[in-house]
Amino acid sequence: MKAGKLSGVLRRRTILTAGVAIGALPIASPFILPARGETPVKLGWVDPLTGILSALAQSEVEGARYAVAEVNGKGGILGRPVELLVEDSANDVGTGVQKTRKLIDRDQVDAIFGDVNSGIAYAMSQVTNEKKVFHIVPGGHTDPITGADCKWNVFRICNTTSMDAAAITPELVKTFGKKWFFITPDYAYGHTLQDAFVKNLKKAGGSYDGDMLPINTSDFSATLIKAKGYGPNVLLNNMGGLAQINCMKQFTQFGLGKDMGLGGALFEIESIKGVPKDAQTGWWVMEWWWNQPGVPHVADFVAAFRKGAGKTPSARHWFGYAGIHSVRLAAERAKSLAGPKLAAAMEDLELPPDVALQPGKVRYRAGDHELMSNVFVGQVHPPKGDADDVFATAALVPGEAAAGPVAETGCKMSHPA
Amino acid sequence: MLQVILYNVTNGLIIGAFYVLMALGLSLILNLSNVINFAHGNFLALGGYFAFVLTPFVGFWGALLISPLLAGLLGFVVERLLIRRVYRRDPVYSLLLTFGLAFIIQDACRYIWGPNGLPLGIPDALSRPLSPALFFITWYRVFMVAIVIVAVAGLFAFLRHTRVGLRIRAGTLDLETVSTLGVNVRLLRSINFGVGSLLAGLSGVLAAGQIGLNPNMGDDLLMPSFIAIIVGGVGSLTGTLLGGLLIGLAGALTTVVYPAASEAVIYVIMAVVLLIRPRGLLGEEGMMT
Amino acid sequence: MNGAAVVAAIRRPAETRWLPLAALWAVLLAVPLWLPLVGGYTALAGRVLVLGLAAIGFNLLLGFTGVMSFGHAAYFGLGAYGAGLTLRYLAASTPLAMLLGTLLGGVAGTLFGLLIARRRGVYFAMVTIAFGQVCYYIAYSWNDLTGGFDGLRGFRRAPIGLGPLVLDIAGDGPAFYYFLLGVFAAAVALMGLLLRSPLGHSFIAIRENERRARFLGIPVERHIWLSFSISCGFTALAGSLYALLNNFADPLGLHYSLSGEIVIMTVMGGMRTFWGPLLGAAVFVVLQDYISSMTTNWMSFIGLLFVVVVLFFPRGLLGFLPRRGAR
Repeated sequence: MKAGKLSGVLRRRTILTAGVAIGALPIASPFILPARGETPVKLGWVDPLTGILSALAQSEVEGARYAVAEVNGKGGILGRPVELLVEDSANDVGTGVQKTRKLIDRDQVDAIFGDVNSGIAYAMSQVTNEKKVFHIVPGGHTDPITGADCKWNVFRICNTTSMDAAAITPELVKTFGKKWFFITPDYAYGHTLQDAFVKNLKKAGGSYDGDMLPINTSDFSATLIKAKGYGPNVLLNNMGGLAQINCMKQFTQFGLGKDMGLGGALFEIESIKGVPKDAQTGWWVMEWWWNQPGVPHVADFVAAFRKGAGKTPSARHWFGYAGIHSVRLAAERAKSLAGPKLAAAMEDLELPPDVALQPGKVRYRAGDHELMSNVFVGQVHPPKGDADDVFATAALVPGEAAAGPVAETGCKMSHPA
Repeated sequence: MLQVILYNVTNGLIIGAFYVLMALGLSLILNLSNVINFAHGNFLALGGYFAFVLTPFVGFWGALLISPLLAGLLGFVVERLLIRRVYRRDPVYSLLLTFGLAFIIQDACRYIWGPNGLPLGIPDALSRPLSPALFFITWYRVFMVAIVIVAVAGLFAFLRHTRVGLRIRAGTLDLETVSTLGVNVRLLRSINFGVGSLLAGLSGVLAAGQIGLNPNMGDDLLMPSFIAIIVGGVGSLTGTLLGGLLIGLAGALTTVVYPAASEAVIYVIMAVVLLIRPRGLLGEEGMMT
Repeated sequence: MNGAAVVAAIRRPAETRWLPLAALWAVLLAVPLWLPLVGGYTALAGRVLVLGLAAIGFNLLLGFTGVMSFGHAAYFGLGAYGAGLTLRYLAASTPLAMLLGTLLGGVAGTLFGLLIARRRGVYFAMVTIAFGQVCYYIAYSWNDLTGGFDGLRGFRRAPIGLGPLVLDIAGDGPAFYYFLLGVFAAAVALMGLLLRSPLGHSFIAIRENERRARFLGIPVERHIWLSFSISCGFTALAGSLYALLNNFADPLGLHYSLSGEIVIMTVMGGMRTFWGPLLGAAVFVVLQDYISSMTTNWMSFIGLLFVVVVLFFPRGLLGFLPRRGAR
């Protein structure tokens, strides 16, 4: 009886996969293509589509779907159509690992992507490494993934927390001063981020104080009182997601903007929209920005994406987009989809301008597998004209400059024999 | 330092007032219907989202009035359709039922309003601080506390001075007797569930003004409310009031000394209370067994 | 089915029930053969076994003693952390990891059980939830020891040396599945024996009528405490296996939402039956795996499943079977 139930369910699943996976997200429609007889290239994507990170995860997946449609429209990867299999990690490590195993063991995917949550991304990389499957981390930020825990099969698109911190520190020091107060979430991401800020601040000869708070803190008044007492030049809001938003709102409500500047590392467009207009302020890092006048291909991409997906692409959309294209480029270079060959081809692979969508040389550095993309440092402001025009880039810091030499990342890459 | 502590005491009471509102609704339902409403946090979220939808049409003040009523009405309907079917069964079923409802409502919120956080606009006058010295108290916080005081006073007056309220209180103590006296216990429980949901909805509107809206917004508030009830003593609404204020205060004061433990401290308080006084601060002996 | 019938069913000579049992074990033993054919994968079967064991252990308390805990994820998660911490900091020994994981969860349950054995019903449930959340917060906040929010990593299950033989369960092949199955079988056998013992019968007596049990001289509080502790111990064992399965332990393994899932597995399978929770775990895990691949709105479906089970199948899938099936 049990076996019967299992088989019924699972068979139906295989039949339905294509159809329902497409229907799951609204922008999926461009990617229905007639089968052309070849076995498709299967790409597995694991992201927290539910839970507190879901807004970011859904953007990544939308970007990936958009890229898949584009790739399929131009003949696929190595002449084969691309099929994207999306799984929800539900922001749970156990589920994320389980879904990764499922994509590898059952669906036999050629590459794995994920996860927004660095903890899950790391756990996934243990599995992909063991199975020798090519793995791209589009948007999990903690340093060790391309640092102390780097692996031959794992590449990362988004910046490390250290890169973001290193890029914005000089601007903050220049604009506000050297006395800082940190509000930092009390877990690995927050710790590495604050450490990176402190390292750079000390180089500039600054001083600091701060509080480590639980990740989901929603009331910051106690800490803001403390901050006001310390009298810093700038307040560094390192919280993520909703906590970051609430911290900013209270900062504004309390009128602290008169006493000190506000800044931090990441502030994503998905989050900015959750903040009331008067609290859309401060100095932040974008890891990609849609409005880059004069940079080739960017305006075309943004226009086409807006038409296809009905929204302005965010950095997360670009992560997803660049991720899919990276696999295509690596596969074309390697003429193969085997994990070790893909990984070898990705090393020092430079993204062409229509994928990089930003100036300069954007490549996956061989030493640590980190994508050397520019860091957009600038100021958040309430929408001007365009509803998504909420950020003004003040400085574009090249990835190499922000990341520092490979030796400092702690990565010792070992390749399979 | 003394100033910081004073600041935080005030602040803790504000947060505590909020827990109280949440926990009172939960406590009402628990006391009369013997149901732990896991979906309580989701009724809170719904209250907030209703306000988000209504504000453009009726303004913040109108939404503040209507949204809790809608949440209460929904609670009433949910009780009539679903919850009441499991009263006579093992408590495991009511737990599972509200647990499942919590999943469904949370998912529905995400489906309808999207996974992104949304801001709920509050009147400008409320978003300003009281004065430069009291910069950390915005008028909105004062307003929240005022509303909580009015709501709590209203609830206690309702329970003390109206016929339905008296019956709810009597039912909490001895449902069988109340039933044999000819009171329509089924209706009483529906109304009671509705009132509980109404309080959750009201918390939701207030919370949305303070921390914004998101589909998971009730989750973080559910556990503190449980703990407020356990600490205050199951069966005693005054105890819940006390428990909520106590853990709000403890959380805020811990932030001064060791911020990372500001969440953990409420669990420590619960453990201490369970060890020393298992029935809770004001719990009746026998209610917890 | 009333209590006497359950006692009778448990006591019934093995011969009359060997056929379904043999079929069950044949199915379980052959998993690596048939599962890929129907589109499954072995790691999924591993998850079913682990959660099934947790649910059967939990059901000692819920189904056979009649006491409602809603915080069993705490002991599951403690088992996982115990095993993970052992492998990470103490020794690369899988048996030691399982032992210490089981002990950590079991002892925590035993101590906590002392505090709450007098409570009943929803209040018992409420206090167990809150205690579970205490464990969750400890794991979540203690960055240095547990890895905090990101979870405990940097450990792997180790091959087991048996004299000259080495049981290589480190890989992802069927070897580890059979290892899980072996542990599962041993644990289930122990629980089966326990339920046939006088102690097990007194658990059932408490479930059927606590007052009568008291009159019969059964020390009710002490037995509920015992049942709670044993149940926590088996759930912790399952948790330690979960850590081995994932080579990972994370705070969500302690969260009350997992407690809720363990309860629904048990009830869906049939809480008055011994094997029901395993069936419930299988159905739940497969459904969740299936639906969450189909739609991002899987939470609604899972929630709906809760509601449907509660309203229409309160006795669970196996709860209906014995009347027709076994005769």
